[in-house]
Amino acid sequence: MNRRDLLTCRLPDKSQPAASLGPRYYTNAVFRTHENKRVRFYDDLIKGKIAIINFMYASCDRYCPTSIACLSRLQALLGDRLGRDMFMYSFTLKPDMDTPEKLAAYAKANGARHGWYFLTGDEYDLTSIRFKLFRLDDPLVDFSVDIHASMLRIINDNNSQWTAWVLPDPPALIREAISWVEPTKPFAVRVRENYELQAEIDKESLITEPRRAAYRRAHGWPEATASHADPEAMKRLEVLLQRKAAGGSWVRSQERPGAVPSAL
Amino acid sequence: MSITKQKQPTKKSKTASDNRPGWSRRQVLKAGAAAGALTVITSRKSLASLPPIPPEPADCTPQPTQSPATTPFVQALPIPPVAVPTILNPIPTLQADTSRGEAARANHQDWFQFFPLVQYDVSIQPTMHQFHPDIPATYCWGYNGVYPGPTFLNVYGVPVVVRFHNNLPTNHSGFGTNTHTTHLHNGHTASESDGFAGDFWSPTFFKDHHYPNVYAGFNAHPPLGDPLEAQRTYWYHDHRHSFTATNNYRGLNGMYLIYDAVDTGFEFPGQGPQALRLPGPYGIYDIPLVFTDKLFCADGQMYATAPDTVPGGTDKFCVNGVIQPYFQVQARKYRFRFLNSGPARIWTFNLSDNNGNPVPMTVVATDGNLLPSPVQVISTSPDSTLTGLTVHVSSRYDVVIDFSGAQAGTSWYLTNIAAQFVGNAPDPEPAPGVNINNVVMRFDITGPPPLADQSQVPAVLTALPDISTPLANLVGTRVWNFNDFVAGPEGDPANPTAKVFNVNGLTFDPNRPDATVAQGSAETWLIRNRFPGTGWTHPVHIHLEEGRVLDRRNITVNPTTGVATITNHRVPPLEQGRRDVYPILPNDEVLIFLQFRDWFGKYMIHCHNLGHEDNLMLVRWDVGTATSPVTSPVYSDGTFNNGNGQVNSGAQPNLVPAITTLADNFNLNPPGTSKLQRPGTRGSKKGVRA
Repeated sequence: MNRRDLLTCRLPDKSQPAASLGPRYYTNAVFRTHENKRVRFYDDLIKGKIAIINFMYASCDRYCPTSIACLSRLQALLGDRLGRDMFMYSFTLKPDMDTPEKLAAYAKANGARHGWYFLTGDEYDLTSIRFKLFRLDDPLVDFSVDIHASMLRIINDNNSQWTAWVLPDPPALIREAISWVEPTKPFAVRVRENYELQAEIDKESLITEPRRAAYRRAHGWPEATASHADPEAMKRLEVLLQRKAAGGSWVRSQERPGAVPSAL
Repeated sequence: MSITKQKQPTKKSKTASDNRPGWSRRQVLKAGAAAGALTVITSRKSLASLPPIPPEPADCTPQPTQSPATTPFVQALPIPPVAVPTILNPIPTLQADTSRGEAARANHQDWFQFFPLVQYDVSIQPTMHQFHPDIPATYCWGYNGVYPGPTFLNVYGVPVVVRFHNNLPTNHSGFGTNTHTTHLHNGHTASESDGFAGDFWSPTFFKDHHYPNVYAGFNAHPPLGDPLEAQRTYWYHDHRHSFTATNNYRGLNGMYLIYDAVDTGFEFPGQGPQALRLPGPYGIYDIPLVFTDKLFCADGQMYATAPDTVPGGTDKFCVNGVIQPYFQVQARKYRFRFLNSGPARIWTFNLSDNNGNPVPMTVVATDGNLLPSPVQVISTSPDSTLTGLTVHVSSRYDVVIDFSGAQAGTSWYLTNIAAQFVGNAPDPEPAPGVNINNVVMRFDITGPPPLADQSQVPAVLTALPDISTPLANLVGTRVWNFNDFVAGPEGDPANPTAKVFNVNGLTFDPNRPDATVAQGSAETWLIRNRFPGTGWTHPVHIHLEEGRVLDRRNITVNPTTGVATITNHRVPPLEQGRRDVYPILPNDEVLIFLQFRDWFGKYMIHCHNLGHEDNLMLVRWDVGTATSPVTSPVYSDGTFNNGNGQVNSGAQPNLVPAITTLADNFNLNPPGTSKLQRPGTRGSKKGVRA
């Protein structure tokens, strides 16, 4: 057995990755980018990539500006992965108005980096793609231009995982949503993240739990049995937090769950 | 022997890490801890006794026009197995045991007050499930590898802890996601055990959920609370936001029942004067019916419209995981617990006998809360709300069906108003006027029961808890507009929000509470459906505590004249008890009374149509130590939002009625008028009655 497998051998990993939905599902409709390049939808835009897709039009002044500004800020959070394995595609809702030149100017005005493409094409193709990605089976919604400026679809073709988000929203939330379609992280990474998350929760309860305990006392209700209501325990946790700030480890004593390391 | 066995893998993995170039000492320590956690998980014996984990098939595509044909009534109705308690190792702890593989969470509240001696171990894992012999086995996800998940049978006053192991595949592809959180639907549990949609955990980790099984408001009625607050039929399901529909469609749900001295689960006499003696016990005369609908491909796999979307055109009706089952019944009373487990269908049930005549169904509890008195549902009912049993997603109805008048050898049919695709029926019309495509399941009457039917349906089931004091001390009315300010075809000039599924214009952010209520306070919440034109119904669910419907109205505002037409439905018979799911039809608004007792932390209000929920029609609210301002319907200039995106300063059609008039609308129970004795007060004290 490979040594690395030791960590994951008991995980239910016997399953085989399902194939991508492929061109049969996504179609290979042809679009034109703002750089006036001809691209096929599945082969050039989806295949093997993480695609972040929304609809807009250049003259849209009510809902698009905030949405596009939000995507513009998202670029920074994607870092060098934008253009490498992550791509942003903004399709036009009004192909008769949005020529590649117009979209190029729009892209420049919104600070689009390499990896963010604005696309136009045949209206029939655009509508079929839009229905494939965003259809809600209600004509009032499906034919509303405004509503489609608020939808974001995130696709990872490699493991056929999709998710959706709304625009505008804080870019950090969208970045997190993108991480859900990425492959599951290695176990050791998830263990570390779990410790970090627990530390954050503990830090927050340092503030909330005394407040809650005081509230309960004021109402004459029984004391909550939370450890942090105990000032001694709070002091110990503070020491732990300081140690973490100084570059220490979160790993707690293995012998007794919840026990404070003897060094403290 | 066992010690060396345990130590060996940890040591090995440390050696492996040491040999790996470029690993710092810290990384080595972390990997060691990780391997340690894994050793504990792999040494669990229970995992070996669970069904083997099947390989994952590819999602089927393109969309099948319809599911394969199936012969009706070839499978008996399966009863979900009962969850069996175990002894957890490692021992469950107040703080998250992260070093042994528990997912991060806040400390359990009231852990030692309700210390859980009853412990359950549940593995969330893939499995192959047979929905029908005519269709190949289907790849599903299930609690303990079964679908529907095991039924938890609990007793009020006996706290439990359930350890949910996420054993979903790490290389999952296709619809659904392998990160998971379990919500005990409306369970009166602390926030960290509520399965908050943002608190999901990834494969290999587990999380302990603490279910204290206490009556709501126990702090005001120590030690266990007021028995009139009992809620009894719950279900648990995946609540991972953005993936709730697909994960539930994969099969992640099950039932959770709590009994007490009033609803004991048994029907025999001599259980005390307070015992209702409804039909029981579980699995014999007390039967859960988990309804869902699916679309299958020819290879037996469930079809998903897209990897994050469940299909709208589902055409197979499943009960307890079987398509069109039959259920052999004796000529006596049965208690069925109807559950609509989603993803989106609204069911409307009716019952027909072998001659096609309608048969009444007696509803005794709504959303697990006993009704004040039983309500009969029959298609000939003069009350339009009772001509069929309409079950919205996540609603539960406890229904007593009396088969005692049925002839042995005949069959009764449970039908839905919408039809499914059967395609393989030898008899196109099983009973006069009954279409086989509408039949959800068949009841076969075998004969008289071997023992006399001792169950009863009392004319008075319960008294409602006295809420006159909190009603007099309301904080105020908080308004939740579902689909607020949505841009129509022309858009809305006042508020540029085009998010189609929103609550008060907001969508889900796990880190942002959109309202805070003070613990122990009471409020009325006005829930409105404000997107004219779509015809979408939103079954709204509020976590933590069940509420009471005070008023239900339909308000249509003429967009040009601004004149409102108000239809007051008052409180329909099936909402006279307590509910936790409030369906709002287009332009409906419902005023409910809610209390926020006992726990602190984050909870949610959301649409329980799983598709809407996944489109972020989900808002977090917190129970804290102070109340956030109740200003949602009022603008700074004192005008009100009429819900259609227009500001209305004249006649305000949506103004909440003054609280003093609510008592007229609503049959309050002043103290002392309770028809039932409260167990634990007078009845249980010996000698008081003498």
